[in-house]
Amino acid sequence: MIEATGLYKAFGTVKAVDGVGFVARDGEITGLLGPNGAGKTTTLRMLYTLMKPDAGSVRVDGIDASVDPTAVRRRLGVLPDARGLYKRMTARENIDYFARLQRLEPDVARKSADALIAALDMAEFANRRTEGFSQGQRVKTAIARALVHDPRNVILDEPTNGLDVMATRAMRAFMRRLKDEGRCVLFSSHIMQEVAALCDRIVVIAHGRVVADASPAALLEQTGAASLEDAFVAAIGSEEGLAA
Amino acid sequence: MKSLPSALIVFLKEVRENLRDRRTVINTLLTGPLLAPAIFVLIINATISRELDKAERAQPVPVIGAEHAPNLVESLKQQNIEIKDAPADPERAVRDMDADLVLRIPAEFGDSWKKGEPAQVELIFDASRREAQTSVGRLRGALESYSQRTGAMRILARGLSPSIVRPFVVADRDQSTAQTRSGTLFSMLPYFFILGAFIGGMALAIDTTAGERERQSLEPLLVNPVSRSQLLIGKLLATSLFALTSVLLGILAFSVVGRFLPTEKLGMSLQIGFHFGWTVLLVMLPLVVLIATLQTLAAAFAKSFREAQTYLSLLMFVPAVPTMMLSLFPVKTEAWMYAVPLMGQQIVITRLMRGDEVSPGELGLCFACTAAAALVVYALTVAIYRGERLAIST
Repeated sequence: MIEATGLYKAFGTVKAVDGVGFVARDGEITGLLGPNGAGKTTTLRMLYTLMKPDAGSVRVDGIDASVDPTAVRRRLGVLPDARGLYKRMTARENIDYFARLQRLEPDVARKSADALIAALDMAEFANRRTEGFSQGQRVKTAIARALVHDPRNVILDEPTNGLDVMATRAMRAFMRRLKDEGRCVLFSSHIMQEVAALCDRIVVIAHGRVVADASPAALLEQTGAASLEDAFVAAIGSEEGLAA
Repeated sequence: MKSLPSALIVFLKEVRENLRDRRTVINTLLTGPLLAPAIFVLIINATISRELDKAERAQPVPVIGAEHAPNLVESLKQQNIEIKDAPADPERAVRDMDADLVLRIPAEFGDSWKKGEPAQVELIFDASRREAQTSVGRLRGALESYSQRTGAMRILARGLSPSIVRPFVVADRDQSTAQTRSGTLFSMLPYFFILGAFIGGMALAIDTTAGERERQSLEPLLVNPVSRSQLLIGKLLATSLFALTSVLLGILAFSVVGRFLPTEKLGMSLQIGFHFGWTVLLVMLPLVVLIATLQTLAAAFAKSFREAQTYLSLLMFVPAVPTMMLSLFPVKTEAWMYAVPLMGQQIVITRLMRGDEVSPGELGLCFACTAAAALVVYALTVAIYRGERLAIST
């Protein structure tokens, strides 16, 4: 479970995150929806302790991120916005490096990597150097190394960004699988259909603030809109920066 | 595996990954190590040709009006000076570097000689051309010795002792050696050893910081439950290892090359055996870490790979500063100089090469002060690494 309470973050005079709070529960997919520049990535970066919030708190499975950031990172599997691989290493070596940094025993690491390589359908390219990988292969490798330590909580920053239709469908199926395994899945997106199709709970962010936090059905009800698309537009206040 | 510190995991990965990069390996194993020996060969060859050739070979001297003083010319020939035809415009030939020097014997030379008046010859040369000085000195010596011999004979012919006109003589006791005479060249040499360390560590310093950020792999790395200082130590160790390999291979190559160079022709006894190797390695060890940390610090500041390359190239000029100071102002070595990183290493290497002793105290001072400087730069780099700005590439 990931709990964010009253998060603030400013860069100079720009308030990137201006009071964001929500809860992402275990066994649910929580979607962070908002136009480009709404503060999604900055919010996520505070959740996975890359940045310190100016105010507010982050708790993962009850652990305060400002008190024990290392323990928080151990409980998180993160696919950040930046998802570069080591191109002179194979996909498996990339995964193994992170497994070691997560302090997994070698045989545990190998089993975990094998399971992820099977689940993400990576067998064909797992032993190839990552230089020249397609976008889809790169994202799969990045996700496998992020989840190699079997974290309870998974944060994905725009996971389907740059993927083709087939890869996007596979990614969505994989996220549902993570949810079915009882994990807390939190992902950000600016694509309404994706959020609508996947999420148990939608947190809409605009201009650094949470403007809606509800289930898809409740969101329709709250805004009185006929479709989810209208509901989003009503919540955000404009159509700017959203993609269908 | 659990007991393996995170820094070691990072270190092993960086070493393994960079060993797969051909350009990095070539720079570490070839360019860096071969720099010092290559420059050394050039220096030795230049020195040998300057010291030996000019002393033993017949020296060609263009002479104007040789026919006016056949005896003088004959005496010069006996002193291994080869008389050449003079250019039409001797002053210009010297200025244009077509000739090192020109001797002019005026037409009145014979008349003045016969009358017993001081006859004049003109030596046309350019005092600012250092490489011509040996030739000028040699010709001047030959002319003066002929002049003195003739004077002595004239006095003798009048029944007097020649020592009357020579109340005393000056005897030269030159303490210079071939090594000290080529001092400027030799004080350059340690710079190339140190440059080897720069070249050896450069690729990794960039790859592990600015490179990691540019290829967007730093943020995922930082999400792991590993402290920033552990990450940094692992990266620094890898960078230092490559730089140290460069230096070590450089010392080995230097020792091998040194044995095959005809340095004994110059009366030099180069001390580049085991003692030289170990001592240089000892004083270079903290310097390698200092340089690796400085490079990492500079690269961490850079926004991109290219920017990091620019910073690190500029950084290479830093070790040139003590080299230039030491060769432009060859002051007496003071104890405090060992305490200055870079300068201390330069002095130690130069002294060892000349066969001078370096005391354990001086070595210890050099090692300790450089190590302390490395720690300070490390603390600074950790502070940068802990900052939020580090990971964010956009």
